Amino acid sequence: MKKILVPVKMVLDSNARPRVRTDETGIDVAGMRMSINPFCEIAVEEALRLKEAGAAEEVVVVSIGPAKAQDTLRQALAMGADRAMLIQTDETVEPLAVAKLLCAVAREEVPDLVILGKQAIDDDCNQTGQMLAALLGWPQATFASAVRFAENRLLVTREIDAGLQTLSLPLPAVVTTDLRLNEPRHCALPNIMKARKKSLTVCVPADYGIDIGRRLKIVAVRPPAGRKPGIRVATASELVSDLRAAGLV
Amino acid sequence: MTTLLVADHDNRVLSDATARALTALCALDDAVHVLVAGHQARPVAEQVAKLHGTGRVILVDDAAFAHGLAEPLAALILSLAADYRVIAAPATSGGKDVLPRVAALLDVMQISDVVRVVSPDTFERPIYAGNAIAVVQSTDEKKLLTIRTSAFAAAGTIAVAVPIEEVVPPQGVWLARFEGETLSSSDRPDLASARIVVSGGRALGSAEKFQEIIGPLAERLHAAIGASRAAVDAGYAPNDLQVGQTGKVVAPDLYIALGISGAIQHLAGMKDSKIIVAINKDEDAPIFQVADYGIVGDLFEIVPELEKALG
Ligand SMILES: Cc1cc2nc3c(=O)[nH]c(=O)nc-3n(C[C@H](O)[C@H](O)[C@H](O)COP(=O)(O)OP(=O)(O)OC[C@H]3O[C@@H](n4cnc5c(N)ncnc54)[C@H](O)[C@@H]3O)c2cc1C
Repeated sequence: MKKILVPVKMVLDSNARPRVRTDETGIDVAGMRMSINPFCEIAVEEALRLKEAGAAEEVVVVSIGPAKAQDTLRQALAMGADRAMLIQTDETVEPLAVAKLLCAVAREEVPDLVILGKQAIDDDCNQTGQMLAALLGWPQATFASAVRFAENRLLVTREIDAGLQTLSLPLPAVVTTDLRLNEPRHCALPNIMKARKKSLTVCVPADYGIDIGRRLKIVAVRPPAGRKPGIRVATASELVSDLRAAGLV
Repeated sequence: MTTLLVADHDNRVLSDATARALTALCALDDAVHVLVAGHQARPVAEQVAKLHGTGRVILVDDAAFAHGLAEPLAALILSLAADYRVIAAPATSGGKDVLPRVAALLDVMQISDVVRVVSPDTFERPIYAGNAIAVVQSTDEKKLLTIRTSAFAAAGTIAVAVPIEEVVPPQGVWLARFEGETLSSSDRPDLASARIVVSGGRALGSAEKFQEIIGPLAERLHAAIGASRAAVDAGYAPNDLQVGQTGKVVAPDLYIALGISGAIQHLAGMKDSKIIVAINKDEDAPIFQVADYGIVGDLFEIVPELEKALG
């Protein structure tokens, strides 16, 4: 493979507790810690491992998001990606529009493989990779827990509801990552310094002539229904008699 | 204009997920057509034909559909799309794989993981691992939906089956090739639809202990077995047992969490269970915040006592 394209998203850190705005307009992320979406980090790691194994020559990362998403791209560069692109916007971009932008990037960059996270942990949509594969007319392997490159094909093991499935894909192809694909590396300080010198270009959605207007109107964002407080029981037999009384066992 | 539901099945048995999605869609439409695309999957079509809410069954039989691969299935759904206002699938691994592919080619923004139908164009879905519920209104002409099945009861059966119509699939060249699969075999009930789930976490310590502790309790309760991500990552349980934001979402009558801390990503997959029991030796474990019954203590001592008390 000559080139692997890895789209990455900046999200609220997975350890942070999302605060629902009292006016029901969304989640308040002001002042909260933002990080690379964990699935995207796994995608970057997998691309780098393919490159390090001699299966690919270049790893390009791309993000669509606010100026601050440059931090996310710098992290990917520090991990070892070769160069980065930010398509900068402060709008919330829905997966369909993200897929259209990535499709335009892929037409320009002509990668052999696009590898990206199966979902972002903020909107939890699980759509972008499949949409991108459709728009490009490429084969897809979603929810990957193992990727192998041999004889110009990708052998991808997927986590499915009933167990594991293996697909063989010709290139170019789209792969989306599941959690067990790999464990991403930590960035060493010298690499973080080096990453500052790597190329990071910035453009805007309009450069691609793509309308990123929302198709879904957010009527309200509310906290989930709470659970009523529970009780502590001291022993297993006390628990069993409570469960029996409730008709559960 | 009607609704098309893409059935989830293994060519022999219709999954309970389809019957649950049907319930959600019946709130939208009184004529739901169910698509059974498979290989020698007529038995599945016959099961669908007897579900309450099915208006018609569309059966497509071709070797290309034997393993539910996204490319041929998306092409098939697209070929039928003109007749439908709503196209939906249960949010199973198969539904999640194929439906966005269809949505993109129809230029529709899909709504994933619908947990409530508010009106024909407005739906509720969880975001941020279930830490918030978004009410979203679609401005697209067609609605593409995946249905979170744990939020809906399964449609019942009717005595007289509706007609099954066979349709010839579009031909095409499919690039991805099926190479093989390893399916988990278990004599336990299906995790996604079981009435009781017993789940184990990192505390179990090994695959052997996981089996030794969780297995008999699950058997005694006729329960399905679940696991936290930590337990799956460590190899104590197979991946298809993972409960959570990125695993399966369950809402059984009774969920028993053993040695699971209760990270938000785990809670995302089980906090809508009717009754939650937690056993954990750390009294501050977050799992206790959602538990109806909590026991603070060592699960290796308490679980055998629990079995004894159950008799
Ligand atoms: C993007 C992302 C997605 C994720 N998706 C999921 C998901 O889908 N599902 C999921 O489960 N997790 C998921 N996680 C991981 C999650 O954050 C937690 O790391 C995981 O749930 C922890 O598993 P655990 O509770 O088994 O382990 P731990 O957090 O290590 O908890 C073990 C618990 O066992 C208790 N314990 C130890 N010994 C005993 C004993 N002898 N008796 C009783 N109690 C004992 C401890 O007090 C502790 O509370 C995700 C994380 C990320 C970042």
